[in-house]
Amino acid sequence: MLKTDASPGKGGRFILAAVCLAGLAAILITFPGPLGASEPTTPAETAGEVPAAGAAGPTHSGPGTLYQVPPPPLSDYFPCSQCHADMEVNRTRRVLTEEHEDIVLHHDEENRWCLDCHDAGNRDMLRMASGALVDFTESYRLCGQCHGPKYRDWKAGVHGKRTGHWRGDKQYLLCVHCHDPHAPRFKPLKPLPPPVRPENLR
Amino acid sequence: MKEMTPSARRSISRRGFLRTAALASGGLALASCDKNSREAFLQRHFRDMTPEELAGVLARLEKEQSARFGKAVHVTAEPPMEDVLFGYGLDLSRCIGCRRCVYACVEENNCSRDPQLQLIRVLEMPKEEGINIQQANAYYDPEEVPREDSFYMPVACQQCRNPQCTTVCPVGATWHEKDGIVVVDYNWCIGCRCCMAACPYGARHFNWAEPTVSPTEYNPETHFLGNRVRPVGVVEKCTFCVKRVRNGRYPACVEICPVGARKFGNLLDPQSEIRYVLENKRVLVFKEELNTQPKFYYFYGT
Repeated sequence: MLKTDASPGKGGRFILAAVCLAGLAAILITFPGPLGASEPTTPAETAGEVPAAGAAGPTHSGPGTLYQVPPPPLSDYFPCSQCHADMEVNRTRRVLTEEHEDIVLHHDEENRWCLDCHDAGNRDMLRMASGALVDFTESYRLCGQCHGPKYRDWKAGVHGKRTGHWRGDKQYLLCVHCHDPHAPRFKPLKPLPPPVRPENLR
Repeated sequence: MKEMTPSARRSISRRGFLRTAALASGGLALASCDKNSREAFLQRHFRDMTPEELAGVLARLEKEQSARFGKAVHVTAEPPMEDVLFGYGLDLSRCIGCRRCVYACVEENNCSRDPQLQLIRVLEMPKEEGINIQQANAYYDPEEVPREDSFYMPVACQQCRNPQCTTVCPVGATWHEKDGIVVVDYNWCIGCRCCMAACPYGARHFNWAEPTVSPTEYNPETHFLGNRVRPVGVVEKCTFCVKRVRNGRYPACVEICPVGARKFGNLLDPQSEIRYVLENKRVLVFKEELNTQPKFYYFYGT
């Protein structure tokens, strides 16, 4: 979709593209999900291109396409429904002891809990505050609910990193590629060696 | 009319003899060296070369460097693109001073490993002082960065619109290209280092010794005005990775930055990332009072 949008715009072609886009948007509203696909796709499969997210997704101008690489860093557990499908939902706030002990929530943990973001009914999806389900490849929509200004900057390519071509195909990263959603603060790094002082240059 | 001196009366004057002798010995010296170095000696200024001449020079350089590094080296001279003026943004609120950019730049641009030559200098400064160069330390080496009380400011060429380095160059070996990149013709530079004295950012660096890059590390995709191997005794600088950006790619430092603090784009494109920065963020240019008018913008992303 973005490919159509992004082809080098000449007046008439641009109007045509706009009409096509409006039509596609109408189709999308009628059939929610990735182009009305009934089969749930795994994030790895849909990770190749920007989902048709309209105003919610990252923006891109000029020629070229915006790609999301690599796929979201999901744990080996995915799809979560493998185990959770047969389990009873336990909504009590608690320290996890049997599984997921490695996840220590350090992200507004006073007020939040697993099931605020993970959907209790469909464990392979995320859940917005409105109750709408969001695919893992579109997790930025979930983050954007609270982090509005960052979300706005990210969509413009200013928060976070883009790689590839400054005018052309670009890759963007999801919030979770850099920030661990359970403990989003950046970890300190070891700096690379300092420069040699001029007096020691030989 | 003066009386003629005895020497002038002879058929060969002293001046004439010396002129002929100098020409003859120069010609002999040129004739005695091999074809490549003769061509290199007679190579004209980059901007004076005809397209055919330039093609010949590039072919010669490719041949020389492929032989030197034992792999296929490409030397090109992509011209500036139309309607493009490059600008750079660096988010001071994000940079953590990890120096990943410094080493990515060295690798991309084939900078000398020994003696060490780096085009980006990361300054560590105390937060409470703000940008104060007198308090800056480029040699910090803690176990972990960022340090709580410090912020980090990487400095490289600011690609000024009003560059002082180019005005002081006595031979015109450095100039401001149409797309905003200040470049050096390494074959025209005489190594006087006037530009280094004129640059208020310390962004120009001199090759005191023959630059060394191991053949395995040598980046074979090079630009005549950028990352091709430099001779000893010339000045070099950041060119926004001219080889990459004139082929549409982001500079190496932008792609390596682990915190996404570096932004790059076309200042003439209202939709570009750099224009978004200029329009929506608090932006500053370094040493604004000097009226160098940099196209390198520091900003606060938060």
